Amino acid sequence: MIQAMEGYWNQLRRTRVWQSVFRSGTGTSNLHRSQVVQQSIFLHLLAVKVRKRAVSFRVTWYLGTLSTATFAILVVTGILLMLYYHPSTPEAYADMKDLQFVVSAGVFLRNLHRWSAHAMVLLVFAHMFKVFYRGAYRSPREFNWVVGVVLLTLTLFLSYTGYLLPWDQLAFWAITVGSNLLSAVPLVGDKIRFLMLGGHTVNANALLRFYVLHCVILPLLAVLFIAIHFWRIRKDGGIHVGGPKPAEAETLPHA
Amino acid sequence: MWVAPNPRKPRPSPMPEPPRFTAAVDSNSRRTPVRVAFLTRRTSPQVKVTDEDTVMTWPNGLFRALVAIELLVIGLIWLSILWDAPLEAFADPMLTPNPAKAPWYFLGLQELLHYFPPVVAGVLIPSLVLMALVVVPYFNINVESEGVWAKNRQTRLRVFGVGMLALVALLLAYKVYAVLAPTVLIGAAMLAAAQPHPSGRFAKWLASKPLSFWIVTWFLIAASVLTVIGTFFRGPGWAWVWPWEL
Repeated sequence: MIQAMEGYWNQLRRTRVWQSVFRSGTGTSNLHRSQVVQQSIFLHLLAVKVRKRAVSFRVTWYLGTLSTATFAILVVTGILLMLYYHPSTPEAYADMKDLQFVVSAGVFLRNLHRWSAHAMVLLVFAHMFKVFYRGAYRSPREFNWVVGVVLLTLTLFLSYTGYLLPWDQLAFWAITVGSNLLSAVPLVGDKIRFLMLGGHTVNANALLRFYVLHCVILPLLAVLFIAIHFWRIRKDGGIHVGGPKPAEAETLPHA
Repeated sequence: MWVAPNPRKPRPSPMPEPPRFTAAVDSNSRRTPVRVAFLTRRTSPQVKVTDEDTVMTWPNGLFRALVAIELLVIGLIWLSILWDAPLEAFADPMLTPNPAKAPWYFLGLQELLHYFPPVVAGVLIPSLVLMALVVVPYFNINVESEGVWAKNRQTRLRVFGVGMLALVALLLAYKVYAVLAPTVLIGAAMLAAAQPHPSGRFAKWLASKPLSFWIVTWFLIAASVLTVIGTFFRGPGWAWVWPWEL
């Protein structure tokens, strides 16, 4: 049964249509495996080979990978949520109730989006501290650390703008507390606050602005900076593994 | 020409030694590639490997990443099945909840707001933290990562003492005990690291830590304490409550 399935799978991969899409072919040689990465627009930001130590759990705890994964989950669940959401009052809150009582698996969808968002903030912070404690910000990776700080602030803004969208008491007052802090900025604080909220208080204009920021501007910026972040990992010589290279410690005796 | 080592063991003899190689000529370059090797006694040429072992990104790296992502997704799905996201009543500008709390990752800042004026807690401190994060990799003191007490120990101890006293005085003046505790803790650990002749693995580990390590660890502990207090220990009027009273 399994053999038959494998046979069909390999037959499919040998068809002209499949090979026109995935040019890596069906082999398992290192050349084919390189092509899996090289020939994919999504994977070609990565290097074809990585250091053996870089894939060990100890080095990264996979925190960067998992941060990216939460972002992907948030994009998918977020797009689905957008299908049921009107960024205006009082419809926004009514849509939350619809998700709860009308939409199939609506509660699950919202839960997954919410918990993934919290997980992303946690993971991004953890990623930052892990990178710091491993000293991975050192040359030549200085700039990628700065890109990471940009991504951290983008993550916080993404989470914060999303916080308002349910338009319940929790959302309204959390954003009120947060935006009041902006007024404390000397000279231009009130102007910035007005610009952010589209008014002097958190109102329907603020909801629309936060919606546009949350669903369009900030995700696009995040995708851009994630791409730069990944690309720079490769350009800066791969993931920092630290410590002396084990191969230098032991020299291979001549056979 | 092909030169191969003589397998015979050299005899410890005062007599002149026989040549320790045999010469051979072969015109088939495929079978015997042209090379000359001189092997002298008691040394063996070593190949220094400068390249690390690598693995293919696909499948070795990406497969592990997929497994990690899968575990995360399973965890998040369980979370989403077991716990519902909060949804309170319709937003009402006339009805202020007490306390009104920001999202959890800003509760450390909101807790600071309880001690300091808004321009300090809401503007100055976050901006300074952000700027500090950006410049982390550009300071040589971070890049060299030398133990904080490795050089100029006396001078540095004096600077440390003055700085610590000033910070403790500031925190006492504003009654910020939540930050004072981690500050004293880190200060004590730094002093422990400053002993001139560290013995034992832990003491040596402490002594090897650079200044940036201490600052970031202090920041991590202080921010965590503030966030936990803001989340679980603050009730109406931002007064202290216990988590079970919330």
